[in-house]
Amino acid sequence: MADSHVTTHYGLAHHFDNMEQQKEAGSLGMWTFLITEIMFFGGMFLAYILYRGKYGNDFAIASSHLDWKLGGINTMVLIVSSLTMAMAVYFSQKGNKKWLLTCIALTMMFGATFLVIKGFEYHDKYVTHHIPLRDFWSWTEPNGEALPGDSGHVQMFYWLYFAMTGVHALHMVVGLGIMSVIFWMAMRDRFTPTYHSPVEISGLYWHFVDIVWIFLFPLLYLLGAHLTHH
Amino acid sequence: MSTEAEVLAPRVNYLNVAYGVKSWLLTKDHKRIAILYLLTVTLFFFVGGIFAAGVRLELLTPKGDLLQSDTYNRFFTMHGIVMVFFFLIPSIPAVLGNFLIPIMVGAKDLAFPRINLLSWYIYVLGGLFTILAIVLGGVDTGWTFYAPLSTNYANGNVLLAGIGVFITGFSSILTGLNFIVTVHTMRAPGMTWFRLPLFVWSHYATSLVMILGTPVIAITVLLMALERIAHVGIFDPALGGDPVLFQHLFWFYSHPAVYIMILPAMGVISELIANMARKNIFGYKFVAFSSIAIAVFGFLVWGHHLFTSTQSIYAGMVFSILSYAVAIPSAIKVFNWTATLYRGSISYDTPMLYAFGFIGFFIIGGMTGLFLAALGLDIHMHDTYFVVAHFHYIMVGGAVMGYLGGMHFWWPKITGRMYPEGWARFGALVVFVGFNLTFFPQFLLGYMGMPRRYHAYPDHFQVLNVMSTAGASVLGVGYLIPMIYLIWSLKYGPKAPANPWGAVGLEWTTPSPPPTENFPETPVVTWDAYEFRPIEEAEVIGALGPGDEPDISGRH
Amino acid sequence: MSEHVVSPKIYVSVFLTLMVLTVLTVIVAYFDLHRLNVIIALAIAIIKASLVVLFFMHVRWSSTLTKVFVVAGLFWLVILVSLTLSDYLTRPSWTPPLPGAQ
Repeated sequence: MADSHVTTHYGLAHHFDNMEQQKEAGSLGMWTFLITEIMFFGGMFLAYILYRGKYGNDFAIASSHLDWKLGGINTMVLIVSSLTMAMAVYFSQKGNKKWLLTCIALTMMFGATFLVIKGFEYHDKYVTHHIPLRDFWSWTEPNGEALPGDSGHVQMFYWLYFAMTGVHALHMVVGLGIMSVIFWMAMRDRFTPTYHSPVEISGLYWHFVDIVWIFLFPLLYLLGAHLTHH
Repeated sequence: MSTEAEVLAPRVNYLNVAYGVKSWLLTKDHKRIAILYLLTVTLFFFVGGIFAAGVRLELLTPKGDLLQSDTYNRFFTMHGIVMVFFFLIPSIPAVLGNFLIPIMVGAKDLAFPRINLLSWYIYVLGGLFTILAIVLGGVDTGWTFYAPLSTNYANGNVLLAGIGVFITGFSSILTGLNFIVTVHTMRAPGMTWFRLPLFVWSHYATSLVMILGTPVIAITVLLMALERIAHVGIFDPALGGDPVLFQHLFWFYSHPAVYIMILPAMGVISELIANMARKNIFGYKFVAFSSIAIAVFGFLVWGHHLFTSTQSIYAGMVFSILSYAVAIPSAIKVFNWTATLYRGSISYDTPMLYAFGFIGFFIIGGMTGLFLAALGLDIHMHDTYFVVAHFHYIMVGGAVMGYLGGMHFWWPKITGRMYPEGWARFGALVVFVGFNLTFFPQFLLGYMGMPRRYHAYPDHFQVLNVMSTAGASVLGVGYLIPMIYLIWSLKYGPKAPANPWGAVGLEWTTPSPPPTENFPETPVVTWDAYEFRPIEEAEVIGALGPGDEPDISGRH
Repeated sequence: MSEHVVSPKIYVSVFLTLMVLTVLTVIVAYFDLHRLNVIIALAIAIIKASLVVLFFMHVRWSSTLTKVFVVAGLFWLVILVSLTLSDYLTRPSWTPPLPGAQ
């Protein structure tokens, strides 16, 4: 007969019967949340697929004005951060506090690097008036000459770029917030080899944000790579 | 063996275990959170009802003489937004689901109690934004806020209302997430999937819809806001966009949303019918799987809202066929409920009356949905009162009846009091009459061609409109009656035993009201979902005090 | 279900594969392969995502339930995109002539 009010394991919430159940629930909960994120980003991917199908050439031109090098570096930065995140989980399983903290800190550092690079990219678009905001948008060279491609359709690409990378960046910021909480918890010795599911669960979130970028990079940055561009 | 002091001392339950505002606003108990939801959901029902009253009053006369057209637009828009997002979607899951699901699966609480509380606060926050939008003048786009009206031409409160809906969507997502994880991981030993009450199955299916659909309305609102602010051309043909894309994105969620509204009610009805006919549900597995089928199929039919919107004919045909298919699992449920009643020992207590009403109204609402699913007929009836009548039969005749039936059935469990049966039956009757009078004429009006969302109409539609408004007044009274006697019963109603209905289900083995932890020790389940046995044989688990013997002797 | 500890060696090899695939996707993008560009880019992205899901997110060693959840989420996205495209891809390609045009 299940005996629920005897074992009180460290870290076991009162409404769970055992650690196994709690761990399973936490993991399933995060996966359920990630499914909602798939559908959330999915709406924007749908719009992208539609308009890219309609205005493929203009999209390619528009994409060629994004800096694929910065995008590529960012892709690699996020992949490295996923590695350090996975290692953080590994060290939490081993109960190695020092390396756990190091890996979380590295993950956060890479995440912050991503955001900084993103900031530079956005700034560049601001300076060239390539932000689709009512009267601010201007698809011209610095000297005023019109750039190739239909301005309206290129604008379509750019709102998709800003919407998708913007929402993604917001998720990165939230991820950094989550990581700082995990860092704090690790510092306070909250994790043991038998209780460290918050690290794993946060890792799931972090990897998901990485996966979204894995798709965003080729779809947004590499469309116009085969064109001669500036 | 208990001392006199123990007999006389009031038993500790989830209501009296702690007093004070903080103990409620910071609670982690799913039962208290359900009560919090009950209060706010009822409030929004009133707000939505007031807007409905405004609409029906205006429609008493053919001319637009009570409200200007702009104001009228705001009234039906706010009626729709408030009723859909702040009443129908949360009501049964967040009130009855939150309260009952942990107990029904044999757990002490949901998987994530704090997230449960968070979901309520998010709901309240979203509600505040929407109330703010109302106070500042409301929105006139219709609850469907189609582009380009909402993005280019409508007044400034669209963003506020949109933010309200966006935020509240997260409440829905978190509730669904909690239910899914709870049902998967927290069932008591022996509680296999096929021993679960059908209420749990239908809420599981609802939760699938919540988590898969709601994010899409979130992104739709976001894109609409972006379009309003930046005019980038997402949905604007002049800039290369397509307004029909908005409709695809909007209805991808909003059609499954109607299944969020009806599936929980269907779960309630399964419980009511089985327990009030004291008979095992006919075809348990069929009913269980039909809930999942409705949830899945419900995602494949959204294009039937776009039949007249320049969607391709081919896609229209696909969506039409799928819309017919989605009716099948619903029909299976109705057949199985009917078969359950056959040779059952039927009691005509109020919950059963609401269940009867549900079945009748749902049949009419569902069948008229098939009319609309036919491409040719829809051309004629789209955007007419036929559609309005159809969905009100399901939403009000179905979901609200299910909600009221469930509230009555589980009232003794939730509050520890019985409601007055005489008044309750009367109230159910008034609702039944009022509902039919309100909405049946609308089928006729729609078929005759009266468009929806118009505040003025040709003279020859007036008789039916007057009938409809008269019915609405009766319906309003019908809703007030339970509100009054239910509140009255909190103080003056007779104390309820653990199992006043002689029903089956783990919730009936706990005291009325239950203690905070539901079960002193996790139960071990060895019986099927609807095994009715003589009461002496039933295993009664839980701390029942003297005077708590399950009472099936009949009605009070 | 016992705790499964994944060796750092696996993590590092997955990481290196991901880096190589990233470089590959950039290189391929430089050639104008028309329709194939998208297909190859998506294929590489899917492989990369699968590696992250299976190894970094431990799905390779997770319960069947978790695997079902992952597949279901992706499947739902497919429903959203494919049924919407069933409209757009089957719309008539002609535009009606403007009044007054020959």
